[in-house]
Amino acid sequence: MLRILHRVITTGTLTEPLDTSASLESLGIEVRRTLGARYAGSFAIRHVDAGSCNGCELEIHALGNPYHDLERFGVRFVASPRHADALLVTGVVSRHMQEALLRAHAAMAKPGLVIAAGACACDGGEFGANYASLGAVANVLPVDVRIPGCPPPPALLLRGLLAALGRATP
Amino acid sequence: MMAQAFAERLRAALPGVALSPRTESGLMPAMVLAVSAADWAALGTAAHALGARWAACWVDPEPDHWRAWVLYEQGGAYVLAQTLLDPRAPRLPSLAAVYAAADRPERAIRDLLGVDFEGHPDARRWLRHQAWRAQEHPLRPEQPLAGAPPARAPADTGYPFRRIAGDAVHEVAVGPIHAGTIEPGHFRFAAVGEQALTLETRLGYTHRGVEKLAVGRDAEGLLRLAARVAGDSTVAHAWAACMAMERAAGCAVPARALALRALLAERERVANHLGDVGGIANDVGFSFAQMQFGALRERWQRRSAVLFGHRLLMDALCAGGVRTDLDLAGTQALLQDHARLRAELAPLVDILLDHPSLEDRLVGAGVLGTADARALGCLGYLGRASGLAFDLRRDAPYPPYDRLPVRVPLYDSGDVAARMRVRLDEIDVALELMDTLLAALPPGPVSTHWEAPPAGARGLGLVEGWRGETLAFVRFGADGRVARYAPRDPGVFAWPALERLLPGNIIPDFPVCNKSVNGSYAGGDL
Repeated sequence: MLRILHRVITTGTLTEPLDTSASLESLGIEVRRTLGARYAGSFAIRHVDAGSCNGCELEIHALGNPYHDLERFGVRFVASPRHADALLVTGVVSRHMQEALLRAHAAMAKPGLVIAAGACACDGGEFGANYASLGAVANVLPVDVRIPGCPPPPALLLRGLLAALGRATP
Repeated sequence: MMAQAFAERLRAALPGVALSPRTESGLMPAMVLAVSAADWAALGTAAHALGARWAACWVDPEPDHWRAWVLYEQGGAYVLAQTLLDPRAPRLPSLAAVYAAADRPERAIRDLLGVDFEGHPDARRWLRHQAWRAQEHPLRPEQPLAGAPPARAPADTGYPFRRIAGDAVHEVAVGPIHAGTIEPGHFRFAAVGEQALTLETRLGYTHRGVEKLAVGRDAEGLLRLAARVAGDSTVAHAWAACMAMERAAGCAVPARALALRALLAERERVANHLGDVGGIANDVGFSFAQMQFGALRERWQRRSAVLFGHRLLMDALCAGGVRTDLDLAGTQALLQDHARLRAELAPLVDILLDHPSLEDRLVGAGVLGTADARALGCLGYLGRASGLAFDLRRDAPYPPYDRLPVRVPLYDSGDVAARMRVRLDEIDVALELMDTLLAALPPGPVSTHWEAPPAGARGLGLVEGWRGETLAFVRFGADGRVARYAPRDPGVFAWPALERLLPGNIIPDFPVCNKSVNGSYAGGDL
């Protein structure tokens, strides 16, 4: 226990302030709907990998590390779409995941934002539409926020998620 | 030559069978053994009797006939068995009864190409769900990439899972969408109370058509795709694809490029192991380690972004070399990083290996015995935690590993604790290797001119990714375009292992068992 406490104290705080110098536009983040103070400081996200290579998932994991600490903004990942304000979708939508994605979306309380993260989810990326894939998320669900990148680095994901929450002004 | 001796042993074991071992430059160091389809199973049985490992199977629909390939490995020696199939009625004896590892790969080939694996013990589909019909086989050359899918493919709810009967037995269905940020897949448990009796995994949810998408691409296009077979193994798959193409084309990669590729591969290994060790600890509620290892991994990825242009090292390789050189300042920065990581890890490892509540959850959990690991063809940290020491970098070394001493950690307890321990040891080994590489980076260019080979040229790439032996087969068609790309991720062998090691554990320990095995979804679903 002492070793753990020692380590915690010597590590200190690694969490970095959010860089707000660049506009969302310049980062390539596209926000469709007018999003406002609708979520009262608490924003729950259900992530769905609809057919990703797992690169985006690694970067979403990184949002939780001490450097980014997503939860400090009141944003957290939840296990059920019924608890979620937003669906964060990564990957192309594989045809084998089409039904599961639609059901997850239907299970969300309205308005139920859809955030497409990563090149595949935004425009089909390297895979596009084919016998196995429907390509971009927008081919299956209306998309509110698009976060580009292959995969989007955590700092960009963070800005995109905060844009969805209405905290970051475009 | 080791492969020749292995081929001779196979020949001696099959006196009545016509086998003519030969070499093909693109497929070196493997020895090629052509057999008739009738002798396919006999060869598999002989290989199994000799203790060889079944490493991979793929079918290549060549213009005139189809060709089936199976790769066997024994003690670092490779033999590639091949036989011809009739495209009008492709059939082949199944090896799944001899080699459990062949079970799902053969079913995947049956789904995608319609090859009838005679005597296969499992008639169920594998990669096919409900997006195309049983009589359609999307990887067949005459099938268009777009296919003819339904507007809305139904959920594959009718898949016939194996049922366990009994008064107190209940089923637990999980997925395809899991509780956390994980790739999709379906797990079906049969349980009594908390205790799992069986687990069956059902995958294929991230099937994106990788092999079909590869057809017609040039080398650069293929590498973009190979880099996205599995994002956590982007260097491993890209290097395997490069190696396959370069061997097919007889392209000599400069020594500096090879050293930098190894550096990238070791960086990928360290990044993933850091993430996994934190993840294993987190799955038993030890979030301290998750945060500490998450921070180490973040710093590691940031350095990758600065020096190689990408946090996960995607698209760092090109046919003929690598895209980015490393200057002296970069080398110094890396050496300092390595020293700092060692210093930061040492006290953390002390805590991980001597923390009673952690030990209580990890030691003895999810035990995979050596015999099971061998039967299922387990590789990488999964095999090395269960007594299987195979490591391509040491046992069939490819440049630059042929000049590097590679230590291979080995444990035989086969539990979650051993799989964590192997990862910690491998971080050490990787740091040593990278220090050695950086101390003597060969001078010269980081890439050479790439020229695609003529139609028909084919190559095999084999590299030790962080999950183990990662394979790529490439055959070129006309105009330098890829006619066939068959990748095989080592993570495919982890799922049957997970099914084997879980029974007897409680379902609440499933996440940590699963994380310790960390099979690849995307790498197997393709």
